Amino acid sequence: MTKPLLKVEGLKKYFPVKKGPLGRVRGHVKAVDGVSFDVYPGETLGIVGESGCGKSTTGRMLMRLLEPTEGRIEFDGRELTGLGPEEMRKVRRDIQMVFQDPFASLNPRHTVGKILEEPLIVHGVKDAADRKKKVREFLDIVGLSGYHASRYPHQFSGGQRQRIGIARALMTNPKLIIADEPVSALDVSIQSQVLNLMQDLQREFGLTYIFIAHDLGVVRHISDRVGVMYLGRLVELADSEALYDKPLHPYTQALLSAVPVPDPGFEREQIVLEGDIPSPANPPSGCTFHTRCPFRMDVCITTVPILRQTDTGHSVACHLYGGEADGNDNKTLVTEGSI
Amino acid sequence: MVGKPKVLSVNGLRTSFFTDGGIVPAVDGISFDLYEGEILGIVGESGCGKSVTSLSIMGLVPSPPGKITGGEILYGGRDLTKLKEREMRKVRGNDIAMIFQEPMTSLNPLFTIGSQMTEALLIHTNLGKRKARRRAAEMLKLVGLPRVEEIMDEYPHQLSGGMRQRVMIAMALVCEPNILIADEPTTALDVTIQAQILKLMKKLNERLDTAVLLITHDLGVVAETCGRVIVMYAGQIVEEGPVTEIFRNPQHPYTEGLLKSVPDMRFKQERLEPIPGNVPRPGAIRHGCRFAARCPYRFDRCTAEDPELYGTQPGHFARCFLRDKKEETAHDETLVES
Repeated sequence: MTKPLLKVEGLKKYFPVKKGPLGRVRGHVKAVDGVSFDVYPGETLGIVGESGCGKSTTGRMLMRLLEPTEGRIEFDGRELTGLGPEEMRKVRRDIQMVFQDPFASLNPRHTVGKILEEPLIVHGVKDAADRKKKVREFLDIVGLSGYHASRYPHQFSGGQRQRIGIARALMTNPKLIIADEPVSALDVSIQSQVLNLMQDLQREFGLTYIFIAHDLGVVRHISDRVGVMYLGRLVELADSEALYDKPLHPYTQALLSAVPVPDPGFEREQIVLEGDIPSPANPPSGCTFHTRCPFRMDVCITTVPILRQTDTGHSVACHLYGGEADGNDNKTLVTEGSI
Repeated sequence: MVGKPKVLSVNGLRTSFFTDGGIVPAVDGISFDLYEGEILGIVGESGCGKSVTSLSIMGLVPSPPGKITGGEILYGGRDLTKLKEREMRKVRGNDIAMIFQEPMTSLNPLFTIGSQMTEALLIHTNLGKRKARRRAAEMLKLVGLPRVEEIMDEYPHQLSGGMRQRVMIAMALVCEPNILIADEPTTALDVTIQAQILKLMKKLNERLDTAVLLITHDLGVVAETCGRVIVMYAGQIVEEGPVTEIFRNPQHPYTEGLLKSVPDMRFKQERLEPIPGNVPRPGAIRHGCRFAARCPYRFDRCTAEDPELYGTQPGHFARCFLRDKKEETAHDETLVES
């Protein structure tokens, strides 16, 4: 197999919780708690999870918009965590981000032309005519027109604004694009336009995507591989076909069965989880999912399961599949939860 | 739904907003009936008028700039649009209750759950304080909240999003309304919590026989909860019918496009088929078929005349000239072309 473009190892982000008049640290919110994965050139890695699972925090750490508490991020053979601001700025030419809210992520006082030109200025394209030309070219590529350059963000619809956000990310010819919920603010009929655009651009420019989203249908559609996060940890990582057709982790099974399917006659066994997602400030011991897991065993309460590969290249962090819990009949479990 | 009595009839409802930029008809002449015990879904994209429809029924359209400019909303032999605010207040909560998308903004942060729950009962019934509290506690138990007695004395911020939405549902149902309007009740929630809330709403609908008007943009939610569906586009109803009919056999090109553009989690699609163009702003298109500019089957008549709702099956209607019996020949031609 080819060398990974991005290698993440044991990434952690703890936010201190300060209380009292002196602002003493009274604990930590473990937003991301030891996440490791590789991203290969040209692929799309989807990261799914519910609110507070740490998927956005992970995305931001990869660009070092947030400083990781611990862990390693190796991009294109280079360790990013130790780099100074100036060196990191140069790396960001190759890693770009597309944000969720196309209303909040574009400066309302700048014309679209200026917004798109800025990355070129920052990354040293000196010739103004060159920059203008490139702006028009990329507006065209994302399905807008050259004359849109003189307009302001508020003059565009949500879908068009997201196209501008994507164009901005493309301006520096990046290798990796981290897209954090890029279509969740858009209407259904517009979502699919933007997803198709992203797929076209990936083919045309050989881009690698990390696609962070909570919508499982969207993630399946765009991703080659998918990672599922729960309370700051990756609980399952597999090829998207394998993950959706044969989810192994009880949380993935429940998550997939909970998604409403736009087909009224569709029959399935729905696993409705009891209770809420626990607070990441005070996560449960052992496997953090044990408080809601229908297959909980004693070992789950005491020991943190490690993400390990099964023979099919499917990785799962669950004692049902690990050495600690041998002898469990997990075959029935797999068929029950699959969709 | 034949045989069940109607609980609500909306006839030719028109709600407009009078803005500096002109009059915007957010809801532009819609008519539908809600039957006892059913779950009727209203689905559509932003700006289609689905939320303004629900606010109009509740008499909660912000005025100014909004105003109901035509039509009637019949409930229990009375036209709700004609009621005075004082009379409307008796209807709200007692006969028709509503739950909103974001529970945190609809709960008062300064009062305990218990006092907010009992307030409605004290206003609408002649229960005493103690009995009202007991009734409220029963209702909270019914929606599946744990440790009810403690929660009654807690404040909204102490609860999670899913629990708050349960409180909202309990509060809406505590006076046993005949109609529950749920405007995007699960949009702010995570999928696993959404599944809990939808299951609860279905259970309560069966048990209490409350008619539910469920407003959502999520076709999956509609497919799993509703019996009948109304599809709205640019202030109008473009299709109405039983849920299986709408999903299996959509008659309006917009519904068809909407269904095709949603990625289905059950299998991998090579490519999605989006609807071209943008969602129009309310009031942007006023003549002809509102969907014509984005429609793959468009022909001359679509921009020249306003289409009506044409019946295709019993209980199934679509606002499209292709379904007009007069157009049958033209229909065949367009199909060949496309």
